[in-house]
Amino acid sequence: MKEEKKKEQKKKMLRDWLIFAGMVVVAAVLIYLYPSKQEPVISASFDYLSEMIFILPAVMVLMGLFSVYIPKDTVVKYFGKASGIKGFFLAILFGTLPTGPLYVAFPMASTMIKKGARISNIVMFLSAWACIKIPQEMVELQFLGPEFMLARLFLTIIFVGLMGLVIEWIIDKTGGEED
Amino acid sequence: MSITAIFINLFALVCFMYGVYRDREKAVESLKKAAFSFFKILPTVLIIIVIIGLMLGFVPPSEISRFVGEQSGIFGVLLVGVVGSILHIPALVSFPLAASILDSGATVTAVAAFITTLTMIGMVTLPLEIKKLGKKFALLRNGLSFVIAVIIALIMGVIL
Repeated sequence: MKEEKKKEQKKKMLRDWLIFAGMVVVAAVLIYLYPSKQEPVISASFDYLSEMIFILPAVMVLMGLFSVYIPKDTVVKYFGKASGIKGFFLAILFGTLPTGPLYVAFPMASTMIKKGARISNIVMFLSAWACIKIPQEMVELQFLGPEFMLARLFLTIIFVGLMGLVIEWIIDKTGGEED
Repeated sequence: MSITAIFINLFALVCFMYGVYRDREKAVESLKKAAFSFFKILPTVLIIIVIIGLMLGFVPPSEISRFVGEQSGIFGVLLVGVVGSILHIPALVSFPLAASILDSGATVTAVAAFITTLTMIGMVTLPLEIKKLGKKFALLRNGLSFVIAVIIALIMGVIL
């Protein structure tokens, strides 16, 4: 199974490189057809590339550290016990630390619900996982600045907290999940 | 290198040193993982960079701001929100993309709506979410996330 996963990832990586090669060809043709655009296209690409390349290794190191030091089952284990306001903050914390795309978190959330976690905390956990992960915040800080990043972070925590309560209220009101 | 970039690198370094202090072997393992993820995401980053270059070079700012600038109003915000909900790209590369449309005349509101919907809502992964967490939960979460993404974006437009 692990072999298969590796093969799958290799295939995906190859595909990404091919898309990149395709993009470069398209860009080259466009620049050839419109030579006056050469300077702006290349300087814009270079600006963004250099902004990215100085932080990408650091961001990857952070993600690597989080994924090794905070295994997913630890998160699930501690989460089941938490409740009340403590649960709310744990949900943020646990959502913030691990890495990986959101769909990785669905099975974890499912296990947490079965273990008796509150719906509102699950919503908080998923949302924190989706948009307030630390390495992700670092990239936001780099490209959009501290005011933007902090404002979005605080607004997200406030509104996601409210949303969690609303979803929990609706699900409690109308009966739990059918399955 | 900007101050922000230096800060990020220092932060990563401090975290790594702490990791080494806690458990040397694990620290080495995380470095390996980091290198692997770096090469895994590199082509995606480069693709986005080329897209940004082409967009900034070929699409005049007036066109960009017509859809996501001041004059597009609430319609622009909703449009960006829908695009963000449908697109399935890693959050890490969405920030340079967002910064580039901000540079060429998009409003803070539009950019905030884009990032928030992109990260919180997943049309592509909705079937999996329904399967794992139930239809009611998944639809409520995605639907309300859209609403709060728009609210967050509008507030950000006012305060920034």
